[in-house]
Amino acid sequence: MITVHDLTKTYGTQTVLNIESLEIPKGQSFGLVGNNGAGKTTFFSLLLDLIQPTTGKIINNEVQVDISEAWKPFTSAFIDETFLIGYLTPEEYFYFIGELRGQNKADVDGLIATFENFFHGEILGQKKYLRDLSKGNQKKVGIVAAFIGNPEVIILDEPFANLDPTTQIRLKQIIKDLSENRDVTVLVSSHDLIHVTEVCERIVVLNKGEIVKDIETSPQTLKELETFFGG
Amino acid sequence: MIFGALYFIVVFLALGVGSFFIIEDANIGDPLRVVNQFIIYYLLMDLYARYMFQKMPIMNIKPLLYMPFKKSAVVKYSLGKTVLSFFNWMHAFFFVPFSIVLIIQDYDPISVIGWHVGLMALFYCNNFINIMMNNQDKIFYPMVVILAVLGLCQYNGWFDVTIYTAPIFDSFFDTPWSATLPILALIGLVYASFSYFKKHMYLDGGLATKHTEAKTEDYTWLNRFGNLGTFLKNDIKLIKRNKRSKTTVLLSVLFLFYGFIFFTNSLEVYEGPVWRIFAGIFVSGGFLFSFGQFVPSWDSSYYPLMMSQNIKYSEYLTSKWYLIIIATAISTVIASFYLYFGWEVYMAIVVGAIYNMGVNSYLVLWGGAYIKTPIDLTSNKKAFGDKQAFNIKTLIITIPKLVLPLAVYAAGHYLINPTAGYIAVALAGVVGYLFKDAVFRKIEAIYKREKYKTLLAYKQKD
Repeated sequence: MITVHDLTKTYGTQTVLNIESLEIPKGQSFGLVGNNGAGKTTFFSLLLDLIQPTTGKIINNEVQVDISEAWKPFTSAFIDETFLIGYLTPEEYFYFIGELRGQNKADVDGLIATFENFFHGEILGQKKYLRDLSKGNQKKVGIVAAFIGNPEVIILDEPFANLDPTTQIRLKQIIKDLSENRDVTVLVSSHDLIHVTEVCERIVVLNKGEIVKDIETSPQTLKELETFFGG
Repeated sequence: MIFGALYFIVVFLALGVGSFFIIEDANIGDPLRVVNQFIIYYLLMDLYARYMFQKMPIMNIKPLLYMPFKKSAVVKYSLGKTVLSFFNWMHAFFFVPFSIVLIIQDYDPISVIGWHVGLMALFYCNNFINIMMNNQDKIFYPMVVILAVLGLCQYNGWFDVTIYTAPIFDSFFDTPWSATLPILALIGLVYASFSYFKKHMYLDGGLATKHTEAKTEDYTWLNRFGNLGTFLKNDIKLIKRNKRSKTTVLLSVLFLFYGFIFFTNSLEVYEGPVWRIFAGIFVSGGFLFSFGQFVPSWDSSYYPLMMSQNIKYSEYLTSKWYLIIIATAISTVIASFYLYFGWEVYMAIVVGAIYNMGVNSYLVLWGGAYIKTPIDLTSNKKAFGDKQAFNIKTLIITIPKLVLPLAVYAAGHYLINPTAGYIAVALAGVVGYLFKDAVFRKIEAIYKREKYKTLLAYKQKD
């Protein structure tokens, strides 16, 4: 689904990302871990063509992302609050995204109804604009919006951060369900090793912009990661 | 903001030195009494400007709350900071030179000082009144209406509020000790705001950010426009629900009255017939200029979202374009009160509007494509301009926006007759409309070429 060739991103003399090659097959649930500044968000921003690669390229389903925009209809993402429109209510925001992605109101209503449990009664019908919601609730809205319109590639940057424990557990279930659908490729980054080993079948560790580990998740993975980051 | 401040300083200084002589030459009475007559409007305008633009002290005191000082010290500090605000001392640039001129002109020094001190105290009263009623929209908008009605009544000679207020200001001069009254009022206000803030210094009290109750709005009637409707819905909400965009709408209402300067012949330099077109363009184009020049910056806070969604730029632009057209049309209709000055005047506004719709509507969007200033929708900071908003490219685009219609009119006016001038400008507007698609394609190309730079620029927080 996604292939990366000789991708680098350099600011001045500092190389913040350098991935020689990476292949993410269709349907994989892919986890990206690393310390601050490891290049996780840089990689996701490159995937969404929000920044330009210094060298190399990313191919998303046969589309080179920095040349064509044909990847947009089947790719969705929630990176940070710049993906939210603060002056809309959650409902309005979902419908707006839905309309951009060719879904009618009923489609969107149908989809968000399945996330009622995840919202925990704090999102819909609250008479609040997104800018007035708490960080955690904003995140819930952004994550669910990324599911609108049957995307084939879903990119979530730090989806577990700021969520309360109940919601974290529910989000894990949602991502697991998604990865059972072999048509959907999910990319997740996280600082939380336990979460990411639970939901991802493959984990790549970035350190100072380079891939230092690429492991298929097994019962030993958590131990291995803890040793890596602890040492 | 610095440029704005310098501008006001220069204007106030010039007025402070000059207004005594201007009023004297105009032979409308004793300069001091004339100033006293209108000072009520000055004070109210000052209060209004403060309400719109003066930053409130409470925003930055949260981090101080748990620090080891007494609460009263924090309140004193934050109220004290407002005293130093530009909004207080800018008036000195008018009143100090004016008072000096009065003394030189043999007015009684003690009386002048009493008058001066009394007025300064009133401006400081405004400072504290503003603090106390900040964010009270319910009080404020009616006040604006009252102010406008009073002004209109005075202009038409129906009712003159200044007859009742001028004696108050006169008394500061006639009996200098009466200046102690506003000082007492000021002291009272200081105490009142001090105790008010001290009582409300809690995160869930006076420091809580006010949340307006949100209502989901569907605007299903816009669905018939398809994808365009999606953007229109969003843009309408953008304008309705954000402080900054509401200020822009208000500015465009002020532009409506810009024509008075021209059509009442109050300024000699503007009496040439060509200036009518200039005025006509501004009267109907307030929204066009103040909103249009910041497309796409209005969407800066969620630009990454827009750039990762499957968005057709032409639809995105067309939505903004429609808003500008609709606002221009509404302004033109409201401006029909200019018919009072004769149909030639209103015709100037109508052809100005046609030119605005046909040509300026997309030129302003074109210029906006080069402006990469992130907009904070929730605050009025920088609402009056920003140095980044002025660059060579936007200046060059100003020429066809303003100079061209004047030239077209002048050609028609001087070669044939005024009516031909009007027709020529209107025709230019109609012809200009034919280039809309070409310009939209050009803007699209700019958006695409500058995408990464724009994203980076919008990320910069200041």
